[in-house]
Amino acid sequence: MLRGVGVSSGVGYAPALRLSRSIPEPPADARHDGDADAEIQRATSAMEETALDLTARGERVGGAAREVLAAQALMARDPALADDVKRRVGEGATAARAVSEAMAVYRDMLASAGEYLAARVADLDDVRDRVVARLLGVPVPGIPESATPFVLVAGDLAPADTAMLDPERVVAFVTREGGPTSHTAILARSLGLPAVVACAGADAIDDGTRLLVDGMTGEVVLEPATEAVRAARATAAARDAAAAESTGPGRTSDGHAVPLLANIGGPQDLPAALDNGAEGVGLYRTEFLFLDRADAPGHEEQVAAYRAVLEAFPGGKVVVRTLDSGADKPLAFLPAPGAEPNPALGERGLRMMRRHPRTLESQLAALAEAQRGTDAQLHVMAPMVTDVEDAEWFAAAAATAGIEHAGIMIEVPAAALRARHLARSVDFFSIGTNDLTQYTCAADREVGGLSRFQDPWQPAVLELVAATATAAQQAGRPCGVCGEAAADPVLACVLVGLGVTTLSMGATALPMVRAALARTSLAQCREAAQAALEARTVAEAVSSARSHLPGLADLGL
Amino acid sequence: MAERRVKVESEVGLHARPAALFVEAASKASGNVTVSKDGSAPVSAKSILAIMGLDVRNGDEIVITADGDDADALLDRLAEIANAG
Repeated sequence: MLRGVGVSSGVGYAPALRLSRSIPEPPADARHDGDADAEIQRATSAMEETALDLTARGERVGGAAREVLAAQALMARDPALADDVKRRVGEGATAARAVSEAMAVYRDMLASAGEYLAARVADLDDVRDRVVARLLGVPVPGIPESATPFVLVAGDLAPADTAMLDPERVVAFVTREGGPTSHTAILARSLGLPAVVACAGADAIDDGTRLLVDGMTGEVVLEPATEAVRAARATAAARDAAAAESTGPGRTSDGHAVPLLANIGGPQDLPAALDNGAEGVGLYRTEFLFLDRADAPGHEEQVAAYRAVLEAFPGGKVVVRTLDSGADKPLAFLPAPGAEPNPALGERGLRMMRRHPRTLESQLAALAEAQRGTDAQLHVMAPMVTDVEDAEWFAAAAATAGIEHAGIMIEVPAAALRARHLARSVDFFSIGTNDLTQYTCAADREVGGLSRFQDPWQPAVLELVAATATAAQQAGRPCGVCGEAAADPVLACVLVGLGVTTLSMGATALPMVRAALARTSLAQCREAAQAALEARTVAEAVSSARSHLPGLADLGL
Repeated sequence: MAERRVKVESEVGLHARPAALFVEAASKASGNVTVSKDGSAPVSAKSILAIMGLDVRNGDEIVITADGDDADALLDRLAEIANAG
């Protein structure tokens, strides 16, 4: 059995088919037969056909992938590249060799710009593979053709691949690379296909191997017994049924209420939140309103974007996070004061707002106005708060703007450790488990090789969640969780057992978490939480927590 | 030959969508269109790879040149793209 990260739930079973990407390197001494003009014509045609193909795929997929594919088509048609190819063919190289060499020059140039252009380097590599494949007469990389259903196995999926996907034929994805926000994950969720990413053993899977893929647990079984397939399908059906049956407000089997809220980036995410029974919003990521623009949106525009969300949840809780810019989310009108060797440890979140207090003031003013005339309970919180001084500064700014409920996110271990002091300065806490895990384990979220430390099940992270929730409870303050951790049905029960009062997650995870809580008593949640805290390792924490959550067993969780 | 000095206001600089729009607009021109940054050697504005390679970020200053009859209108359009998005 192989294990990766489940990023799109469901169970799929079919033979594996690998996405072929291995385009042979044309040898350095590949020479054409002397007719340079004919060879140049071949190269030009291959590049033009590739551009047309990429454009057509873009038209089929639409959305963000379309822009990526349009840019790739521009690469294939690049006149500077074409000149370079002609020159190399003129010197005797074959078309395939000339394209390969010319692309390598640009690849090195883009790669030297560092991480910022890494995705463009991958896009260019994909264009190169496509052009060279045409010239060598080998299959153009892409989704394998199959008349029967299959599990698609790949290193990673590129936007260009996805245009050719036939959801009728592909029953699941397994990739070696990727994470919960990778292209593969987003695509799988949008198609409703089970997917497991970051699966280290994926490269060793041969074509034709029958695979059983569980996109909830991240397990991939090779050549499973018939009984295992039947059991997995029954489990998937039980999960679907449990999710479909779980309605109403979140609560444990003995009636302890745990409001289940949605993480959103703007009004466009409201339909999914409402469809999945969100009782409110636990994280409104307002920086998504500001990304990709040179200046801050005006007052009226902000008010409208906030009011739309408040009006969707009459009487419900809506927790808005103030602008979280810096690190992986730079905003043009809030430049970092200087180059930062470690942006994750730099000017971000509230630190950035303290440099630009006017921006925060105008956001708080827009939020206060948006609430007038609605009866949602507006809560506003600051990201990346470190100490009491940070908390008091934000609470004062919110009070000045007329915001009734001001809280803070607990993402920095310093804040978690001193939660009992911070609780006196603010109304509520919301734990951002993704960043809390990053800072507790000192492992950059963006570094793929450190996934072992990017796991909220790390007992040290659970320890800090417990400290925060306990401090909040003693001060009579609510304490939510709004990171990926809340979306894991097993961990959600553990969080409730640690004293967390609300859970907020991507909307599609809500029904399963609601079902898990409904099958578990508060006492069982507490026992599971205690067992996880006592564990020495991640694996031990997961297995001992599970052993105290019998209601989840028949859901295969 | 017409020349325009532009401080790039686009959030993402000349990358992603603005880069593609910039190249598409330049490619429609019959004459030569070039871009340079910080006094570097000018590169063709019709080449997406050369433009990406310049690595123009938000706040950088670039110099765009164009020849031909409609050079001024083209420079207006290119400056507009570099400042939007």
